[in-house]
Amino acid sequence: MNRATANQLRTNIGYVIQEGGLFPHLTAWQNATLMARHLGWNSENVNGRLAELAELTQLTSAQLQRYPTELSGGQRQRVSIIRALMLDPVILLLDEPLGALDPMIRSSLQKDLREIFRRLDKTVILVTHDLPEAAMLADQIILMSDGQIVQSGSYDELEESPSEPFVTEFIRAQSPINLANQDS
Amino acid sequence: MKTYLVWAILLVVLATVPLPNEVPKRLVGSKIFTESVILGDMLQQLAEDADVPMGHLRELGGTQVVYQSLKNGEIVGYVEYTGTIDEEIFAGQKISNAAERAEQLATDGILMSSPLGFNNTYGLAMRADRAEALKVSRISDLGRIPDLVFGFANEFMDRADGWPGLKQHYRLPHEKAVGLHHDLAYRQIEAGEIDVMDAYTTDAKIEPYELTLLEDDLEYFPTYEAVILYSQSIADERPELILAWSQLAGALDEEQMSQLNARVDLESESESFAAATFLQEKFNIESEMKEETALTRICHTTVEHLDLVRRSLIPAILVAIPLGILASKSAWLGQTVLGIAGMIQTIPALALLVLLMPVAHGLGLSSVGPGSATAIICLFLYSLLPVIRNTVAGLHNIPSAYQDSASALGLSSFWKLNYVELPLATRTILAGIKTAAVLNIGYATLGALIGAGGFGQPILTGIRLNRFSLILEGAVPAAVLALLVQGAFELLERYAIPRGLRVRKSA
Repeated sequence: MNRATANQLRTNIGYVIQEGGLFPHLTAWQNATLMARHLGWNSENVNGRLAELAELTQLTSAQLQRYPTELSGGQRQRVSIIRALMLDPVILLLDEPLGALDPMIRSSLQKDLREIFRRLDKTVILVTHDLPEAAMLADQIILMSDGQIVQSGSYDELEESPSEPFVTEFIRAQSPINLANQDS
Repeated sequence: MKTYLVWAILLVVLATVPLPNEVPKRLVGSKIFTESVILGDMLQQLAEDADVPMGHLRELGGTQVVYQSLKNGEIVGYVEYTGTIDEEIFAGQKISNAAERAEQLATDGILMSSPLGFNNTYGLAMRADRAEALKVSRISDLGRIPDLVFGFANEFMDRADGWPGLKQHYRLPHEKAVGLHHDLAYRQIEAGEIDVMDAYTTDAKIEPYELTLLEDDLEYFPTYEAVILYSQSIADERPELILAWSQLAGALDEEQMSQLNARVDLESESESFAAATFLQEKFNIESEMKEETALTRICHTTVEHLDLVRRSLIPAILVAIPLGILASKSAWLGQTVLGIAGMIQTIPALALLVLLMPVAHGLGLSSVGPGSATAIICLFLYSLLPVIRNTVAGLHNIPSAYQDSASALGLSSFWKLNYVELPLATRTILAGIKTAAVLNIGYATLGALIGAGGFGQPILTGIRLNRFSLILEGAVPAAVLALLVQGAFELLERYAIPRGLRVRKSA
């Protein structure tokens, strides 16, 4: 793998880094289209692709003219996803997209994401520490520990036939019952 | 990138657009004390009378600066003293007579006139009451009182015929000798801060400050007969000029010179007026007086000052930002660039000016006078550090999330720099430019040390003549200009800083 092939691979993956990483000095539109303009797309292609994605994520063109600080958390997240999808990558990769949010907002954004993923029709890889979130958003969960795959399957499979005790521990650690136990 | 190019082109235009220049091609010079300026004005007025258009680079600097300017052809003539030629300009050559002196001067392409008549030798002065109380009337008497504080003009402190030689000649035990500006020494001695100072025998301030000159009983100081030094080339080109100047030979005795100095130093006449009056009385020569009012003078110095600032600051910005970008990309380069820029910042302005004079001359640029390349290069160098440092800091302080984001998108390093890093660093870089601009305006006053004009000129003249209003005439506009520039930058920030970095989150 050299620099050129690395870049080729990179454009095949739409990557949303933690907290979106939108550039604060650019409008949502400028953020989303930066890479396409870099690659020399004509404005027709840029605007056409953006219209599709705005439709998918239900952002209005007025919202796209705003700066990140002028948008809500959910809108910002959708702009990050548009930016990652702009070049029509094979895979969409999200690194803890809902990392540091309060539970109410988080839950609403999770519903948002699920809607988008459903309509997107692409492979989405989402990195999270939150198992319920994974269960809600994903068809397949890959549980990792120390860089190694521990088990791969649906949430039910993980719960019902864990490959090792760590899986059960991990599930328990995040279940509400455990919280109740701690409180008592 | 387009925006940056537009900015760069705009700046280059702003830095290079020529101003109407009134400086005549031929100039006489003068050193930074009243007598020299009066004599310079006489040379100028005599030249004009002989229909040779002539300007006067007033208060150009010390002996070395003025002599080098003559040698380099920046000026065509000035008045020097024989003792200074022998002991300072050709120190170590052991010149013992006029023929040897002329020979030495000729090697630099310089000719010397007959003496003007007066001998302005060095002397040591004390307050009359103090000298009487201590029973001191001769220099050798000083040896008895080792705890006296000496305050000497910086030039006198260092030159071979100054303090080091004097101390040796009279075997003086004194350790406390401070170097200060000659005109400030009068105030210091009046206030009792120093006991002994150097003075010239034609000095007008000796009497009003109630000083007494100590007798040079062991005959240390050589004679300092005033002579005109002029270049061989001007003598060849305009022999009538030399003829006009030669009228001054033997025309001025000590008393007359001392009176002329007094008219300026004590009676607040201008040097050119004193010079013109003398020429009128002595030779019946009418000089056209171009007296400036305070307002036109301020306009004039403002233009000169702004010219120095724009021609040094703008190139510095255009060099420092790319340097800062390079420095931020490599730790090794960053250390080197910041190290060198920081080192330049520690060189005192006067030293840097003198070091740069031969450089400017070597490049074929004007090394002294208004808008001289020496002053501009010096200010350019001083302006580099704040801009480089802030460019590096601005680029380093970009949150890693944005760096990662740019890499994740796959932006090339050029696009990343152009569309992500530089816009995000704009505020810090602008702050660096603002600092450089304000510092530059302050430093530019030091350009007056080599006659570069600007607000430093009235400040230097004000110190020399002890005229507070003149000092303010330079200091106040300089401060106002610095404030205006600061304000202008705050306005500029509104345009240059991307809107997304300025808007507050609307609730």
